[in-house]
Amino acid sequence: MGWTCSPPRPAPRTGWRVLPARVAAMCVVELQKLRHDRTELYTRAIQPALWLLIFGETFTRIRAIPTGGVPYLDYLAPGIIAQSTMFIAIFYGIQIIWERDSGVLTKLLVTPTPRAALVTGKAFAAGVKAVIQAVVVVLIATLLGVGMTWNPLRLLGVLVTVVLGSAFFSCLSMTIAGIVLTRDRLMGIGQAITMPLFFASNALYPTAIMPGWLQAISMVNPLSYEVDALRGLLLGTPAHLALDGGVLLLAAVLGITVSSSLLGRLAR
Amino acid sequence: MTDALTCAGLRYSFGDTLAVDGLDLSVTQGEIFGLLGPNGAGKTTAIRCVTTLLPVRPGMVRVFGRDAAADRMAVRRLLGYVPQQLSADARLTGRENVSLFARVFDIPRRERAARVAQALEAVGLADVADRMTATFSGGMIRRLELAQALVSSPRLLMLDEPTIGLDPIARTSVWEHIQAVRAATGMTVLVTTHYMDEADQYCDRVALMHQGQIRAIGAPKELTAQLRERRGDGSDPTLEDVFREVAGSGLEEEGGKFRDVRRTRNTARRVG
Repeated sequence: MGWTCSPPRPAPRTGWRVLPARVAAMCVVELQKLRHDRTELYTRAIQPALWLLIFGETFTRIRAIPTGGVPYLDYLAPGIIAQSTMFIAIFYGIQIIWERDSGVLTKLLVTPTPRAALVTGKAFAAGVKAVIQAVVVVLIATLLGVGMTWNPLRLLGVLVTVVLGSAFFSCLSMTIAGIVLTRDRLMGIGQAITMPLFFASNALYPTAIMPGWLQAISMVNPLSYEVDALRGLLLGTPAHLALDGGVLLLAAVLGITVSSSLLGRLAR
Repeated sequence: MTDALTCAGLRYSFGDTLAVDGLDLSVTQGEIFGLLGPNGAGKTTAIRCVTTLLPVRPGMVRVFGRDAAADRMAVRRLLGYVPQQLSADARLTGRENVSLFARVFDIPRRERAARVAQALEAVGLADVADRMTATFSGGMIRRLELAQALVSSPRLLMLDEPTIGLDPIARTSVWEHIQAVRAATGMTVLVTTHYMDEADQYCDRVALMHQGQIRAIGAPKELTAQLRERRGDGSDPTLEDVFREVAGSGLEEEGGKFRDVRRTRNTARRVG
């Protein structure tokens, strides 16, 4: 047996340094899982491809939606990036419930990891998936002839936007998981809210053509801010980048706070 | 010498159900201590209080002198925990499973690979470490979980029903590894089980728990010897006989809560 004497116990990381370390640990695990099983990457590419190919191409011909001079397919592409990454994040809570039932979560909660750090780690791990998804959608859109920027700074902005948006929606999902505690209920609620979040945003059409009540909903929907930022960064259309970034950051922080306060319910 | 674990008047209830009812317990450094009892006796709840998963009041639980209510993170750094369910992640390899715990216990990057390898070797999984955990047998998963708990060099190793659902050979193997690690490191081990024969064979001291309280405590040999004296009929009682005596009536009816039984059966099925 290789254990001759007890190795020295690690010196504790303290204070602010705990958070980035835990985020890194969770992201590494997410990448390892994706490396072992890439099925999800391929199947997740189908829906956005269909949206762009069928919905996008058709509505480009109809020219019914005022996009401000941008071809509709170009206008749609950032919306589909936001939508497809949100769809992944909104079901992230299922993984938390699975980890709870299997004991993985219990064990993580007995490590020197504050709950907020664990949730932040998970939220950013969901962001890893979202970034890969965003790259896939950008590639599909490029193949379909959408002219997007290749400016590295703007692409970095896209990355940050997608991660923040995904962090919020995965925390929303973990919050629901903390309330309903079962996979079936979370699936049901997830299914029920994804489409309204998608349609009550500017992903498919500008909010200006919506009825007033829907515009109001769109105003408080973080997805709208994500789409606005992605459009501005990728297409160079007028956008409110500072406001978008601020709202997304605030939403992510709020999501992390609420879902980490509910994590105790999952530990019980 | 400070006790590895002290519980003083530990109490925990789920709604109206009092799961742990005034538990007093001291675990000495370096011993293998068994917490025994039937399903629903409150063993797992007690363990979850010690591991800071359930909130306790100050003074109720101390691990190497650190209060589990006031100094949660310090207590967690001293603990290695293997829950009752099979908790290794099937979507990762054995090595990746252990690496994760090396990371979250802040083992510096330059030492990480060596310590992960060492922990895997200590449980006899070095050769299969890069296989997906999904292909492991139940006994291998248990040993992998042991490696996950050991990689941070805990001072108190807590195992909740470590051999549940395993075949006799895997059970022996898990216990042999626990004993070897204890012998090599002097680590304190707290284990819950409802297999009295295992406790008799491997634990230095045991506490018999029933309805949230400790009914008897001592070395297995002492407890059986005391019962032999009390009986005075020359029979050779086992630990199970001791348990039947101290638990008194109501043992048959107290079959454990639905959730406990379901969890146990799920674990047993997955180990299969």
